[in-house]
Amino acid sequence: MSTATLEPRVRASRNYLNADYGWKSWLFTVDHKRIALLYLVSITFFFMIGGSFAVLMRINLTEPQGALVQPETYNKLFTLHGIVMVWFFLIPSIPAVLGNFLVPLMVGSRDLAFPKLNLLSWYIFIVGGLFTLYSAIAGGVDTGWTFYTPYSSMYTNTQVTAVAIGVFITGFSSILTGLNFIVTIHKMRAPGLTWFRMPLFLWSMYATSIILVLATPVLAITLVLIALEHLFHVGIFSPGLGGDPLLFQHLFWFYSHPAVYIMILPAMGVVSEIIPCFARKRIFGYKIVAFSSVAIAVLGFLVWGHHMFVTGQSVYAGLIFSLLSFLIAIPSAIKVFNWTSTLYKGSISYEAPMLYAMGFIGLFTMGGLTGLFLASLATDVHLNGTYFIVAHFHYIMVGGAVMGYLGGIHFWWPKISGRKYPNGWAALAAAIIFIGFNLTFFPQFILGYLGMPRRYAFYPAEFQVLNVMSSAGATVLGVGYLIPLVYLIWSMRYGPIAEPNPWGATGLEWKTSSPPPTENFAEIPVVTEEAYAYAAEEAAGD
Amino acid sequence: MQSLPFQPEQASSIAKSVDQLYFFLTAVTLFFTALIFSIIFYFMIKYRRRSPNERPKAIEGSFPLEVLWTAIPTLIVAMIFVWGSVLYFRNSEAPKGSMEIFVTGKQWMWKVEHPEGQREINELHVPLGRPVKLTMTSEDVIHDFFVPAFRVKKDVLPGRYTSLWFSATKVGTFHLFCAQYCGAFHAGMIGSIIVQQPDEYERWLAGGVPGESMEQAGAKVFQASGCPTCHLADGTGLGPSLLGVYGQPVKLTTGQTITADDAYVRQHILNPKATTVFGYHPIMPSFQGQLTEEQLNNLVAYIRALGKATPAPKEAGKQ
Amino acid sequence: MTDAEAHAQNAGLAHQFEDLEQQQETDALGIWVFLVTEIMFFGGLFASYAIYRWLYFAAFQGGSHILDIRLGAANTIVLLASSLTMALSVRSAQAGNRRALALFLVATMILGGIFLGVKAVEYNQKFVEHVVPSLDWAPEGQTLARLAPGGLEHAQIYFFFYFAMTGLHALHMIIGEGLLLWLVVRARKGNFNPHYFAPVEVVGLYWHFVDIVWIFLFPLLYLIGGRY
Repeated sequence: MSTATLEPRVRASRNYLNADYGWKSWLFTVDHKRIALLYLVSITFFFMIGGSFAVLMRINLTEPQGALVQPETYNKLFTLHGIVMVWFFLIPSIPAVLGNFLVPLMVGSRDLAFPKLNLLSWYIFIVGGLFTLYSAIAGGVDTGWTFYTPYSSMYTNTQVTAVAIGVFITGFSSILTGLNFIVTIHKMRAPGLTWFRMPLFLWSMYATSIILVLATPVLAITLVLIALEHLFHVGIFSPGLGGDPLLFQHLFWFYSHPAVYIMILPAMGVVSEIIPCFARKRIFGYKIVAFSSVAIAVLGFLVWGHHMFVTGQSVYAGLIFSLLSFLIAIPSAIKVFNWTSTLYKGSISYEAPMLYAMGFIGLFTMGGLTGLFLASLATDVHLNGTYFIVAHFHYIMVGGAVMGYLGGIHFWWPKISGRKYPNGWAALAAAIIFIGFNLTFFPQFILGYLGMPRRYAFYPAEFQVLNVMSSAGATVLGVGYLIPLVYLIWSMRYGPIAEPNPWGATGLEWKTSSPPPTENFAEIPVVTEEAYAYAAEEAAGD
Repeated sequence: MQSLPFQPEQASSIAKSVDQLYFFLTAVTLFFTALIFSIIFYFMIKYRRRSPNERPKAIEGSFPLEVLWTAIPTLIVAMIFVWGSVLYFRNSEAPKGSMEIFVTGKQWMWKVEHPEGQREINELHVPLGRPVKLTMTSEDVIHDFFVPAFRVKKDVLPGRYTSLWFSATKVGTFHLFCAQYCGAFHAGMIGSIIVQQPDEYERWLAGGVPGESMEQAGAKVFQASGCPTCHLADGTGLGPSLLGVYGQPVKLTTGQTITADDAYVRQHILNPKATTVFGYHPIMPSFQGQLTEEQLNNLVAYIRALGKATPAPKEAGKQ
Repeated sequence: MTDAEAHAQNAGLAHQFEDLEQQQETDALGIWVFLVTEIMFFGGLFASYAIYRWLYFAAFQGGSHILDIRLGAANTIVLLASSLTMALSVRSAQAGNRRALALFLVATMILGGIFLGVKAVEYNQKFVEHVVPSLDWAPEGQTLARLAPGGLEHAQIYFFFYFAMTGLHALHMIIGEGLLLWLVVRARKGNFNPHYFAPVEVVGLYWHFVDIVWIFLFPLLYLIGGRY
């Protein structure tokens, strides 16, 4: 099964983890693999924080009048939950952890195009995070992660400026990461690695990077405007001066809609790697899947108005945005069918990464289809601003993106750490997460159609049963997330040592040791075969 | 179609049609989810790995299949788009002869004013079976007027009017929610829509504090603000006569022709120089900051009423 | 080639690259991608400006007429000249002319400095005329007479954008001055040669971009609706 000539029990004597010791060797590293681990630790920390806010929110919502906190506190909780999860967990997650680790390995180079810029990205991320943590401690923010004006700029007296600065700074981390990936993929592919021989994970990193680079600057300038208005009360988004509160929404959503594709495309890329490996089949329709990623990235810039159907904008604008929003469902649907078809006549095994990939497909399909309810103007009128929206985006971002992230962590863990984790526990955790997730968020679809608005710290009693169900599910989900933390950390010391290619996967990253040496490859590889060369006549030297 | 247990009551003329589309969307979602789940489940079992050295043959793909599963979703999606858009379009304009009610949202309450002058806080009484058009604005931040049982919702913005309409088909009391986060007591900005039989509604209307109608109040604001000084009724003043103007096309000094609707009237009072009528000098002062939302609403009601009168004769030199 | 030439050729070759050519191409692509992000960054401001200008043309015109068009035009010429000297410094690096490289870099810095000085004078004028939105908004006399017809509140929006756009531009200029200084130091140390001058090229592209932003800013802010 593996192409290793090394004895499995013998650890590679020199690898990027033991190449150097001491905190300086980590904090001043320019090795993309170490930087990936710096990100791994940081985003896990932020995930815990964002997750804690969610736990407090769900506890509060077990009772109609609010079980735990005052409304003002609840409003700060959901705001910071959104800000931390979106900008400090989801957006960096796969690109900054798995992307940073794998892109140079997958293209067959020794590092990214700009290693020092990569380290700078991480420091920028940390500084932005510190500003945001400061704003949370110094009183919090209560505007919602969407910062709608004029509430955020002229009415609230919470820490809007501090958090705007924090997110602004972190945006540059995204931009520089995207820039690094684009240039690396263009200029540093190994000999023989043509575009259409690249693994689909690289295609999805490329498409994601296009969005990172084009959309994030617009968020940056929008945050500058909000901060200026909050500080100086100029009123450019406020009617007092003739300002337009909807202009803010257009600017904000011009970034934030593409941002959701930043969150899902990488997860799709992970799934495109896992399924061929565990079905031992080339992905069905490689080029179509590659082009779909790019299509989603491009179309993603054209649909922002679907967040504004009920703002009183023109009916014709609504029609155009609705049509485009429907169109963007098509490439996603195509991918789901292609992944499913890859299983046909395959040879399928069910280790944890595959379970996460399967979970992704199911939950992403559901979440994506519920998007149709929202793209449709007549139903969106009823559903906008309700729990239906909350359920929809959590299905995609948690059921989709987070499961994709966890699947990727489990798939590449042996490569990253040089160790294997116990598959039984991993499968159990995946199942608990899947069940807990559905218990938490499915009731919210119903709550939404019944009319319960979102961002309510307390609610009419008739909504209690479904809220309690959702909160109970959240407990299960929380437990599910903690389990991998335990066994993954355990594995770093006690897990069986991993061979270079424990899954028998194709891809350049599996042709070097686990963990890889600092310089990635003893010699830069030359690529002679297509991606996903799993079939018998293609597999070389097995 | 009976309401399912997971729906709010169907209490407006459009609720059923919205629910039908929702039902179809739910069916599509369930169908495709079940399809994908079951195919995956089936493949996972049928093609499970039986021996560690299995190496299935490669399958590149299938262009016909790709076309098929691109075309079918596209058709389904196109159908949903057309259905949803037609419904939305049909429901976007209030029918002629709708009862016009003004709503003002402010942190954290709803203020309602009936044309007859009747005022309500966090409640809106309406008669059964009659189309009601709400003209809404906010005194502070963005709010949203949401009545789940009617399947209607519209943001309420500061500095401008938005509107929605509905026709209630059931007597009863229905939730009104604010559906756009607006600060500390967003969750408390709720109220009730009370639908009554028409005669009961008339009784309620008459039984309230007798006051002046919005039109009468508006006439007073008009006088007190000095408007008649320029807007002489016979058209000989420094500003145009307002008789028969509301709802009609108006040519501006910029050359554009716009309709004198609520938005224009309100905006012109607050920022007149940007939208001066063709043939007149831009000398109208701005009333920004001098009128409350309520006074503005009353003025709009008054000017709407003037719009029903016969227009003044056109002055040769003016237009 | 001789050992010395080979050494000179590979000086500055980073470990992740095969050869200097790949490194130079990568650096060039990198700065172009970065400049695209800068276009999007300024773009958000420009788009907002365009919308408000369309809505409140008279007010924006009034505000524009308060700006000193001679200073604006002079600054435009200064910046264009600085782009010329910048291009010449890249050429000098390419040609291996160390003295010219340093001289042209310094000339670029000086011209940039003049631009910033003139900008400071203009900003000071705005403070004197009390047309700083929210902080010191109290136009009087002639200024008030020019702004009132279009609506004073909307004129405040114009000046907000004036300060935001020129301020963001000036910030980029200051960063550019810092980058130029860094280049001057490295040039004098002899870091650059005909095979390795990517940093000069990269900063050059950045500088040209900042210049182009001004080429858009000047007519948009200073030349609205003709002059009296």
